[in-house]
Amino acid sequence: MADFPFIKVQREDFDLTTEVAKLRAGHKNIGAVVSFVGTVRDINEGDEVSVLELEHYPGMTEKALEKIRLEAHDRWALESSMIIHRIGKMLPSDQIVLVAVSSRHRENAFHAAHFIMDYLKTNAPFWKKETLPDGEVRWVDSRVSDKEAEQRWTK
Amino acid sequence: MVNILYFASFREMLGQANEQLPAKHTTVSELLAELASRGDHWKVALEDNVNLQIAVNQDIASRETAIKAGDEVAFFPPVTGG
Repeated sequence: MADFPFIKVQREDFDLTTEVAKLRAGHKNIGAVVSFVGTVRDINEGDEVSVLELEHYPGMTEKALEKIRLEAHDRWALESSMIIHRIGKMLPSDQIVLVAVSSRHRENAFHAAHFIMDYLKTNAPFWKKETLPDGEVRWVDSRVSDKEAEQRWTK
Repeated sequence: MVNILYFASFREMLGQANEQLPAKHTTVSELLAELASRGDHWKVALEDNVNLQIAVNQDIASRETAIKAGDEVAFFPPVTGG
């Protein structure tokens, strides 16, 4: 296994190229790398969003993300995987989350990245709060579609 | 003692992020009943809330989960990360 942190919860932005290089380092048997980057939309529920703030549950967040990551390794033959999730204040078009996985063949990497994101959405303790241009601040509601997305992976 | 944590909208509604209570409850349900006895505000936010999410010692739990002295019990709304 490569020597890098598989789970990171951080305020700072991340660089996709740098992170994927770490994911691939020392794995010459890798034939596929799939990465997903989630970004801040400027519209939610029909309203313009000025600022998005991410709160989390320190300790449980890391534990929950690692559990999801290991579950992906149990289900598919992966070479390496990583999850980076940002917290704190972000602006529209900022990067929020990175999920990257590698495998020998593409099928496993595609499935695993999709699975990790779907599970993260409904199982990792993060909460979004958005500020609208008029100064209104509101907590973002969870989506039924996210729960449905998670359930498609039920064994 | 039991360490209780409130996150996101719950922290704001209840006006606190954490508190400690004597460990006299055997399940999360019993703890919720004690918190509900503080008033409607608490009862509506937690015990009566069908969307209430619970974690005990940082693992997803339910109202039936057993609790004991030294445990960390967290209450929060459905998560919205990613």
